[in-house]
Amino acid sequence: MPMRGRCLEASNRVLAMVLRYGYLMRGSWPRILELVYWPAMQIIMWGFISEFLREQHASLAGVSIAFLAAVLLWDVMFRGQLGVSVVFFEELYSRNLGHLFASPLRPYELVIALLIISFLRTLIGVGSAALLALWLYHYSIFRMGLPLVAFFSNLLIMGWSMGLLVSGLVLRYGLGAESLAWAGIFAIAPISGIYYPISVLPFWLRPVAKAIPASYVFHGMRMLLFHHVFDWRAFWISSALNGLYLLIGAAVFFAIFRVARVRGLFLNLGE
Amino acid sequence: MTDAVEVRNLEKHYGQTMALSGVSFAIAEGQVCALLGGNGAGKTTTLAILLGLLLPSAGAVRVLGEDLLAHRYRVLPRMNFSSPYVDLPHRLTIAENLRIYARLYGVQRIARRITALAEELDLAELLDRAYGGLSAGQKTRVSLAKALINQPDLLLLDEPTASLDPDSADRIRGYLLGYRRAHTATLLVASHNMQEVERIAERVLILRRGQLIGAGTPQALIAQFRRNNLEEVFLDVARSP
Repeated sequence: MPMRGRCLEASNRVLAMVLRYGYLMRGSWPRILELVYWPAMQIIMWGFISEFLREQHASLAGVSIAFLAAVLLWDVMFRGQLGVSVVFFEELYSRNLGHLFASPLRPYELVIALLIISFLRTLIGVGSAALLALWLYHYSIFRMGLPLVAFFSNLLIMGWSMGLLVSGLVLRYGLGAESLAWAGIFAIAPISGIYYPISVLPFWLRPVAKAIPASYVFHGMRMLLFHHVFDWRAFWISSALNGLYLLIGAAVFFAIFRVARVRGLFLNLGE
Repeated sequence: MTDAVEVRNLEKHYGQTMALSGVSFAIAEGQVCALLGGNGAGKTTTLAILLGLLLPSAGAVRVLGEDLLAHRYRVLPRMNFSSPYVDLPHRLTIAENLRIYARLYGVQRIARRITALAEELDLAELLDRAYGGLSAGQKTRVSLAKALINQPDLLLLDEPTASLDPDSADRIRGYLLGYRRAHTATLLVASHNMQEVERIAERVLILRRGQLIGAGTPQALIAQFRRNNLEEVFLDVARSP
């Protein structure tokens, strides 16, 4: 079959999987609510903290704005990760993987579908929180302009890498390992420099923080907010690390997919 | 007549546990073949290998003229399967589930195909209901509809009439035989229902503890084991040490 025909078939299968999650969302209002609920709660809580800080001292106004921006951007990574892993878990909950992988669906097509869904879910969740911040606190993250696109994409890609890694591990070890979806990302939060520069970390922990793409994004965010410059160096380092981690995440997922075929996991997945 | 399935010296082991050992068989194109065996005999393992869901430890598998282990994506669009042990998404309606699998299998004129299947399998009134809310028998029929969505040349069926009442089961058997005739399709059926096997299968493969211990027509096997029917053959095989 010519290349064009193969691409068309592959995109049709990706579309089928996106549609599958679309149907799931359409038929479940708690899932739709969950998409916007947690980002909204985060922004409401941190918004009040920021207001409080601003009331304490005028010089803290800049810090309070950085908090709000950090909360929204952190959520991009968190939602990006959950958008891959939790959506993949849906297939395990419904014990549907046997049907899926006995069909012509390739693993990489499933991964592409997961990334598309994650992007859409993140856009809806964080977009709603951003609008809420605008309404409640008159803070617009969109004022960052084009750099926001750079921050958003880098954090989303890091979330994807983690999501693929977690999905692979859950495929291998079963749904008993699903708490990794939450635990993993919170484990790296303290060393990602979300609310403070990584220079405050203990000396021995800084090299670890420097290996995390998000730490460069949050550094870039503070440079933009406090000094009005876009740190290209931080952007390129973050992008390069993200490229590497996305490759590793995908490689782990595909390797575990093969292990699952050796061990017969597609027919026996559960607790 | 060419073979739709050709398996040679198939082996599958999980660590020290041997699930299949030296299994070889062929199924001719257009044939209905049954796979018999007690629990743990290796039926599901065999089906999973034929679907590409499980990699064998050794052996060769050719399906619809292709080496399955090397080119499974060439044959998967021409196959399908149904099993009561693999579910469909519970929250999706029957129509949504069928629409998704139709797209995955590259089916043309999806709406028309779903309507036809719904009529043939008596699912028309269930199309807008969530899969999770169906009875076990209804789920079996939906699973069959999914298995037939792409009009497969090779259909692998694990207990295709599980949970169906005798009338529905009889109609489904008739439907499957009609489908086989109309499409010259090959059917491999794993079942514990010996009457079903005697009615639809032209050939029977008997597995015990991962080994193929008998192959032939139901009559030939009944004669070979010196029993009165397949049920007795099955009990003989299952209970022998």
